Amino acid sequence: MAQASTSNGFKPVTSWKVWLGVVPFFLFAILFLLLPSFRLLTASFSAPDGSFTFNNIIQLFTEPLIVNSYKLSIQISAVTALGGGIFGFLLAYSVTVGGLPKPLRSVLITFSGVASNFAGVPLAFAFVATLGRQGFITAVLKNTFNLNVYDAGFNLYSFAGLSLVYMYFQFPLMVLIMAPALDGLKKEWREAAENLGANTTQYWLKIAMPVLLPSILGAMILLFGNAFGAYATAYALTGGRIGLVTIQIGAQIRGDVLYNPGLGYAMAVGMVLIMGISLGGYSWLQAKTERWLK
Amino acid sequence: MTHLALSGISKHFGDFTAVRDFNLDVKKGEFVSFLGPSGCGKTTTLRMIAGFEIPSSGMISLEGADITDKAPNQRNVGMVFQSYALFPNMTVAQNIGFGLQVRKEKESAIKDRVKEMLSIIHMEDKANSFPYQLSGGQMQRVALARALAIRPEVLLLDEPLSALDAKIRVSLRAEIRSIQQKLGITAIYVTHDQEEALSLSDRIVVMNVGEMEQVGTPFEIYNFPTTRFVANFVGSLNTAEAEIVDPNKGTLIMDGARLESSGELKGRNKGDKIMIAIRPERLSFLSEGKKENVLDGKVENITFLGSVVRVDVTIGGRKFSMDTFNRPSLELPKIGETCKVTCSDKAVLILKE
Ligand SMILES: Nc1ncnc2c1ncn2[C@@H]1O[C@H](COP(=O)(O)OP(=O)(O)O)[C@@H](O)[C@H]1O
Ligand SMILES: [Mg+2]
Repeated sequence: MAQASTSNGFKPVTSWKVWLGVVPFFLFAILFLLLPSFRLLTASFSAPDGSFTFNNIIQLFTEPLIVNSYKLSIQISAVTALGGGIFGFLLAYSVTVGGLPKPLRSVLITFSGVASNFAGVPLAFAFVATLGRQGFITAVLKNTFNLNVYDAGFNLYSFAGLSLVYMYFQFPLMVLIMAPALDGLKKEWREAAENLGANTTQYWLKIAMPVLLPSILGAMILLFGNAFGAYATAYALTGGRIGLVTIQIGAQIRGDVLYNPGLGYAMAVGMVLIMGISLGGYSWLQAKTERWLK
Repeated sequence: MTHLALSGISKHFGDFTAVRDFNLDVKKGEFVSFLGPSGCGKTTTLRMIAGFEIPSSGMISLEGADITDKAPNQRNVGMVFQSYALFPNMTVAQNIGFGLQVRKEKESAIKDRVKEMLSIIHMEDKANSFPYQLSGGQMQRVALARALAIRPEVLLLDEPLSALDAKIRVSLRAEIRSIQQKLGITAIYVTHDQEEALSLSDRIVVMNVGEMEQVGTPFEIYNFPTTRFVANFVGSLNTAEAEIVDPNKGTLIMDGARLESSGELKGRNKGDKIMIAIRPERLSFLSEGKKENVLDGKVENITFLGSVVRVDVTIGGRKFSMDTFNRPSLELPKIGETCKVTCSDKAVLILKE
């Protein structure tokens, strides 16, 4: 049969033609991934006068402002990945396994698709307009329930406030990743477990959770990276007051604090590393589940 | 000696009736197949035995105890799914041991049982493999071992072979039967494949649109189908209309030709129109001296099917197929020639409808 098809005109493609198809990919990778990374790396070893130096890298671990910015970024990323992750998981659960009506599911998925990309100035503005000092919800709470959230300690422009804003694009991303994973739980697994004598708790502990765990962890890692790389939202909401890594990098490059682009580049390298590790972890976990669920 | 009894079981989904008035007594150690086309309610009936569906009416009892409303995890009934349904996060050994583990059996007891089951399915070397590393046939054997590990009262199998290739299907089918006989376990096997049902079962329940058509041994179902549906679904069959000439002697007339039948004509009258059926292999060309059941025909087509030759003959405007064993000495008429075809009175089956 195979021979018949070759003589029918399906000639094997010669080797150079095979490679032709992947040229755009490699071109893209070189232009937009390898070259910038290389530039970033070399620049982070350059002093302002252009000479070679380890100073920027050393400062990364010694300069309190910078160490602190990494701490802050890791904190906000971890908190919002966990919070958004749990909330997003519960939402995804309720529209898949939980058996909420079908239309609700498509509404949630569409909303999540939009909201997970809602960031930057518009997002910051939306929150200022609703939960800011003069915001709509703040006013409603004050006027109708006599509850002043700002007197009660809430502040939109604080770490907690910023976390809340981040959550708004974090949980939809979790919904988008977890809904298909939850759909992947086969009805037969539950029935087989029940048939063998397991109760619902045993099913969740021994089968559903272990099967979902790589997806959940992978998704949370992705959420972590998602928050770590965010810049515009934080900048628009708080100016420079919450010194996240991205904000410090911006400051270094614009020259707001110390004009040292080399230091900015070094920070960016640190950030690329953290993002790279996150993505690596995500793909590793993803591959694990795909193998299971194939 | 009834082990599992289904009495007057019906199942409705809204206005739709998936199963209607199903009655069956299964003996301990018996292998019963539910055979029927897709959508006839086989799976639904099986799922009611497993407890995944609750009957709309009727009662299911196991060892004399009413289990109609019992939860699936309280029944001790093993189930094998068409899609294997192995737990992907567990090794073969963990899958097999799962039922005992959730029953909080001792580790050592679980280990022994897993070992025993692995040896029954001849997969000792795969104990630590994950399902994704196995072939379809291996997965289904593990699923079988997992269902058997809990020592269930009844083993339920829902088209367990239909996702496998033809060759494995035949070998695994024999393996399932031999394991079932060795363990002496009661088994209910759902299939739409008549060959599977005929080769495996002690008894077959033929189902059609939610109802039982006929219950009997493979021999009875194949040789003495009582309804037109069973006759057509199990094996291939020639069916024709005939008129009763003498209900006591079993004399019929079909398209002007006289036929004798030893089939049941009790309660029918002279002049009644009935359906008859004749298996292709029961028809033969006329040998010397026979006077009864001789039909005039014309050869339309001859097909070699390996060990069998199928000859299509028109008799009184109706097409009949006849099968003859293929042997070197076989003499066949030519296409277009007239011929005389005959069969014994036992071969002329009277169908209920
Ligand atoms: N949960 C259900 N809800 C509605 N209809 C169902 C359900 N389960 C089965 N049916 C219907 O009942 C009929 C019998 O189904 P099933 O028992 O699966 O058939 P089989 O196994 O013989 O192919 C089918 O028409 C099917 O669509
Ligand atoms: Mg079915």
